[in-house]
Amino acid sequence: MSAKTANKIATSVIVAVSGLIVLVLAGLLGYILVRGLGHISFDFLTSAPETIRRGGGIGPQLFNSVFLLFLTMIITIPLGLGAGIYMSEYAPANKVTNGIRLIVEVLSSVPSIIVGLFGLLVLVNLFGFGFSLFAGALALTVFNLPLMVRITEQGLRSVPREQKEASLALGLSKWKTITSVMLPIAMPVILTGTILAAGRVFGEAAALLFTAGMSSPRLDFSDWNPFSPFSPLNPFRPAETLAVHIWKINSEGLAPDAKEIAAGASAVLVITVLAFNFAARWLGRYLYRRFTAIK
Amino acid sequence: MAQPLERQQAKPHLAEEWVGKVYTLLCIAFLILTIFSLVYFVASKGLSTFFVNGVNVIDLLTGLKWAPEGEPRLFGALPFIFGSFSTSLLAAAIAAPLGFCASVFMVEIAPKFGRQYLQPVIELLAGIPSVVYGFVGLSVIVPFFRDVFPGQGVGIAAGAVVLSIMILPTITTIATDALAALPKGLKEGSYALGATRWQTIYRIVLPTTLPALMTGIVLGIARAFGEALAVQMVIGNAPHIPRSLFESASTLTSAITLSMGNTAMGTVANNALWSLALILMLMTFVFVFIVRWLERRSKI
Amino acid sequence: MPAFYNMNCQEKNKELEGELYEMKKTVMMLMVLALTVVLAACGQNNNSGGASPSPESSAPESSAPASESPAAELSGSLLATGSSALLPLVEQASKKFMDIHKGVSIQVQAGGSGTGLTQVSEGQSDIGNSDVFAEEKLDAAKAAELVDHQVAVVGMAAVVNPNVSVDSLTKQQLVDIFTGKVTNWKDLGGEDQKIQIINRPSSSGTRATFETYALGQKSEDLQGSIQEDSSGTVRKLVGETPGAIGYLALSYLDESIKVLKYDGVEATVENVANGTYPVWAYEHMYTKGEPSELAKAFLDFMLTDEIQNNDVVELGYIPANKMEIKRDVNGTITK
Repeated sequence: MSAKTANKIATSVIVAVSGLIVLVLAGLLGYILVRGLGHISFDFLTSAPETIRRGGGIGPQLFNSVFLLFLTMIITIPLGLGAGIYMSEYAPANKVTNGIRLIVEVLSSVPSIIVGLFGLLVLVNLFGFGFSLFAGALALTVFNLPLMVRITEQGLRSVPREQKEASLALGLSKWKTITSVMLPIAMPVILTGTILAAGRVFGEAAALLFTAGMSSPRLDFSDWNPFSPFSPLNPFRPAETLAVHIWKINSEGLAPDAKEIAAGASAVLVITVLAFNFAARWLGRYLYRRFTAIK
Repeated sequence: MAQPLERQQAKPHLAEEWVGKVYTLLCIAFLILTIFSLVYFVASKGLSTFFVNGVNVIDLLTGLKWAPEGEPRLFGALPFIFGSFSTSLLAAAIAAPLGFCASVFMVEIAPKFGRQYLQPVIELLAGIPSVVYGFVGLSVIVPFFRDVFPGQGVGIAAGAVVLSIMILPTITTIATDALAALPKGLKEGSYALGATRWQTIYRIVLPTTLPALMTGIVLGIARAFGEALAVQMVIGNAPHIPRSLFESASTLTSAITLSMGNTAMGTVANNALWSLALILMLMTFVFVFIVRWLERRSKI
Repeated sequence: MPAFYNMNCQEKNKELEGELYEMKKTVMMLMVLALTVVLAACGQNNNSGGASPSPESSAPESSAPASESPAAELSGSLLATGSSALLPLVEQASKKFMDIHKGVSIQVQAGGSGTGLTQVSEGQSDIGNSDVFAEEKLDAAKAAELVDHQVAVVGMAAVVNPNVSVDSLTKQQLVDIFTGKVTNWKDLGGEDQKIQIINRPSSSGTRATFETYALGQKSEDLQGSIQEDSSGTVRKLVGETPGAIGYLALSYLDESIKVLKYDGVEATVENVANGTYPVWAYEHMYTKGEPSELAKAFLDFMLTDEIQNNDVVELGYIPANKMEIKRDVNGTITK
């Protein structure tokens, strides 16, 4: 076989495989959306699930997912930013720092089910949070934190060195330089990364099975006092998120339309995650344009 | 970097500087505390099977029969370990060539089209939640395998296919970065000598980027190894080493999810599951070290 | 990752100052918010102390409605954790209970029978819901501390793929199937079709019940058998897989699968209640020691006709008060 034929064959194989990947994704998305979209309605998105009757919705689960995401992010972002700033700006270049970097790497690759078990043992049982949003948010923080640290480090490293030095030369303290000069410049990278991380939180189920629980108590959407047990805002109530709900309804669903609900909920979940993805992309591009004035 | 500058300017802002330093230090301390307590708690639970309940480590690692509630109680976790390795390795074997082709397409063949369409598509695959993969696997792949191959559809093959789609983005992204980072002169030199594109890829690009490609594959395997729900839904969960790819099998993660809620904490049946979790965690560490080692090699 | 690592924004810096300031403010606000929530959390945690009735919320007795005499005196909170099979029932009952007793809050959480028993035994929850007797999961000493409250009965039946022509199996035939002695339906009077077992994991309460009362012995984890913990997945796989056999709680039976008779007896509520169909189990709600006043009121409420005849039946369980026979942990039956 001549080199040219081999080249042609190899090229066509590569193109074919790439096409196949696109087809697989298209098929996957198509399958989920076609089966699920028909079931999505305003009523489905807002009403409470039914145990044995037809026509249950995913309202509380959707709210729980969003609220849990919010809780997770307000714990993760300050901690992750702080740790990331330390790693990229304060940490001296020595063995200890290398060790910490290794630890962050290890933490980021711990399987989510282990994080869930850890949450069950420590947060739910030992600290006595019970199956609750708060325990779930902390568990999600555990595996989101390393991601956030890496994103922050990456963002800060993308700041031009001259800019940092100019700020220091003007007499600003290091902390001031970081918060007022470097962080804003690093913001596009950090923001995009954070949104992608948020998408991961939204779809996570394994860690939440053991921490946020598989039950969703009745919520009273007129009660916004975070301390009342039926308030949607109470962080100490058990909360089943959308991803966990799909898992549960697939496996334990008693309602006659469990299949449709699972399909509809999957579609909602996928659409939301896609929205996160597109938002991250769009925001990244938008901020990049604003900051660099490239029209 | 800017040390001398900082020393002169810091004085008026000492308090502020101190706050910043302490705050970031606390954050990193929290992170370190988290990982250490995670390791400590999982290890102490997982080891109590051996020290409190007196199960032999070797028996657990090499035993073939898992019957924690049986008479006598048997804790042979080899079928789970085998299942975890075979599904994740097979998944990587499927995903690696696909990922490599996709990254070559994006970097070498059609950079513009690839970057614009293929890359977002592959990144979207990474965003789809694992329960959705499991759901699709159970309703599409399992029935398909049941019709086409002998057996019941569930098993290592179904698990590996689902996992391969899940780890494809990891492998592709890292491969793409590695290919794109290759010095231009290397490829141009090859083309200048009259080599075809495939010869260049096969003889120049592939060997030089191999350590980086391996990094991607190991990271993919690590992710597949730890994936729980999607695998549990399609693998069948029989605690045996299967005789074929299409026979019901188990992984470490599927065994844990299946029984954790059903067993009471502190009992030997529950502790044995924590031992599985400990094995899973130790394997994760091994993967991290392999990745580190590969990264060091790819820098040379 | 997007390719804006190397962006250079020196020239534009001034114009952006406003924006940057805004961003910094947002970051700060987020931090403050986080702190607030953490503080709020700590405060809240101290207040929710298990089932202890809080004195300040006990309503004046005079205002109590006549129909629910002890109602208005009840207040406090309860936490029930455990079996996901029992969750819908306890949840529905708790809603009704809370409608009557405004000062009460009951949280029901699912996490599996084992988790429920662990938590009630260690005092983290007030009630532990379980599909099995505590003696089967906990150490004898710990199980002895728990008080059993049987609130419903759940019947189970062997089910097969609709294309299997066999209608009834004897105990011995089931044992032969689940221990791997018989592997083809033709040996049991059906067509020439391989038997595919869909079992539960060995930790499952459903499996324990089926083994004890249908097989009379432990089943084997056979090579090639499928194991699923959840009833929905078992139903799906039995319905789809040719030659499949599994077992399900009566509430999960539908037309996608075929229900087998056991020794010629049909799996119906009546047959379970009068003792002719032996494959059933109690649903338990355990308390540590004698229940507190509130827990007792709720457990009593679970046994009232209102719950037993409505919600219990509706959700596919068999009312505990309908049972004509009783059975203890060792399987001894009394009329």
